[in-house]
Amino acid sequence: MDKKLRIGWFSFTCCEDSTIIFTELLNTHYRDWLKKIEFVHARVLMKKNTKEIKEMDVAFVEGAISSDGQEAKLKKIREKAKILVAIGSCAINGSPSNQRNFFNQANIEEIKPILERFKYKEKVLKVSEVVKVDEIVPGCPMNETIFLDLMKKYLI
Amino acid sequence: MHDPGNNFDINLEEISKIEGAASLEIKVRNNKIEDLKFSISEWKRFYTQAIKGKLAIAIPQLVARICGTCSNAHLLASIEAVEKAFDVVPSSQTMLLRKLLYYGLIIRDHALHLYVFSLPDLFGKDSILDFDENDPIQHELLDDTFSVKEVGNQLSIVVGGRSVHAPQPTVGGFLKLPELAQIKNLKNDLLNIRPKILRLIKIYLEAKDNQVLKAPMSFAGLYSSDFSFLEGTVKSCTSTDPNGSLAICKMIAEEDLGKYLEGIVIPYSHARGFKFDGSLMMVGALARLNISKENLNSKTKESAKEALKLFPSVNLFHNNLAQAIEILHSIDASIQIIVGITEIKPEAPIKIIPKETIGIGVIEAPRGSLYYRLEINADGTVKKGEIIVPTGQNQIVIERAIYELVEDLLSKNTGQDKIIVEVEKLIRAFDPCMSCAAHFLKVKWK
Repeated sequence: MDKKLRIGWFSFTCCEDSTIIFTELLNTHYRDWLKKIEFVHARVLMKKNTKEIKEMDVAFVEGAISSDGQEAKLKKIREKAKILVAIGSCAINGSPSNQRNFFNQANIEEIKPILERFKYKEKVLKVSEVVKVDEIVPGCPMNETIFLDLMKKYLI
Repeated sequence: MHDPGNNFDINLEEISKIEGAASLEIKVRNNKIEDLKFSISEWKRFYTQAIKGKLAIAIPQLVARICGTCSNAHLLASIEAVEKAFDVVPSSQTMLLRKLLYYGLIIRDHALHLYVFSLPDLFGKDSILDFDENDPIQHELLDDTFSVKEVGNQLSIVVGGRSVHAPQPTVGGFLKLPELAQIKNLKNDLLNIRPKILRLIKIYLEAKDNQVLKAPMSFAGLYSSDFSFLEGTVKSCTSTDPNGSLAICKMIAEEDLGKYLEGIVIPYSHARGFKFDGSLMMVGALARLNISKENLNSKTKESAKEALKLFPSVNLFHNNLAQAIEILHSIDASIQIIVGITEIKPEAPIKIIPKETIGIGVIEAPRGSLYYRLEINADGTVKKGEIIVPTGQNQIVIERAIYELVEDLLSKNTGQDKIIVEVEKLIRAFDPCMSCAAHFLKVKWK
């Protein structure tokens, strides 16, 4: 029997819309995918492996990077994943989660106490500013057709 | 007997199977809780600041991005705020289509929570994907999970163009109207999932979990004659005893809700908690059934008769049962609308005329009341916005409930692993949405 594709799904700073699209795609694809996929990480679906990042064939990453902790975790994911896919607008372009990067001085002053108290990064980063990205699935939320094509490519 | 030397720390950095990121720290010394912090660990995206200076009519599509799962709730609440601000009264066709779109959201979102997040707890599994295909009951539930979600998903796609960040609903109407034939086609799909939801209601009716807060608390939500989630007056009732009797009910106009909500700073959380008129508060499905079960669709009331006898209830786990009943209501109410629609009139969205104004929109998001207040400049741009989300309103009760549960489990000498399982189950029963809770900076109410 062929080995299952080991995948991980990770969310950083975003609204997790692509996670929702992914769970909706499971509605019509789960019978097929469950035979071919091993979910190594997916906080939305299971508790296991929420502490330690394991080796994966494909890591899907949605959301932008707001903190040093998120940056370190993303680098760890990159180390453990053969292929890293940036999912959706926040991961690929940073927007709209990076909207504070473009705030005027008055708005920045208003949010400053929070940024300092919780040690936010000075600027919100897109995924490719932190690690090498192999594939992208653009859209807000991600484009379903492009995602499904990508799944087909890696499930062969 | 207690073990007096029982010392341990629980540190859950990322609670699984909830929407967004939350964490929990519990410090136990000599079998007593020394410290307990439930916090929202999502990183903020500062939407309240970001909407300033932008055109009010463009706000709904931006704020939909506050939350992936309930994006259409943010969309419709903010559309209502803008419409109220500019005295736009949507047509009856627009309201019917919005209700249909919204029932799709309730079906999809509650099904995600009940089947994917909560049901594995009842079966002692980590994930719905671990359900045993060779066990007839588990096999059936696995199929139910995805077929129910899909019908909700399709309902929102047909009416709104997409189930997440629906592109068609706009201020004053719809940018593109749905096809009548496509809407009519959904009736059979809805009828097909009805027996599945009756099965789900039975499961949660028979579930044994019980957690009642020692302190009195208020349940609040919109009260409307058709339980549509989108219209009505805010009703709040306070529990007076642990058997679930509710008294001291108040009706509050939508625009006055802000005066009753008191923001509480939680120093270790990225988001803010709330109290209602000084007392502990809860919003969401349990609150809605507690204050207005008589307004559910008549078919739902008939089919869920036994389960509805349990409401009003102060058992926090009954939020799950209440959500299952709300899915049934959304199916029955959708079928009623679909049967009644005979044509889709070609209506263009009503145009607004910019002016200096204030608008308030309140709707029932899947997890409870969602409040938008927009102050608008004479040129139609936003001067200031305030957004209060359900999970913020529930945060204090969630932490209090966890505290009481852990205290109780410690008194029964429960081990650390079991405590973690039970606490996560309780947190999931609230169906918290951290993406929503971490969108803003602060809200000050005078």
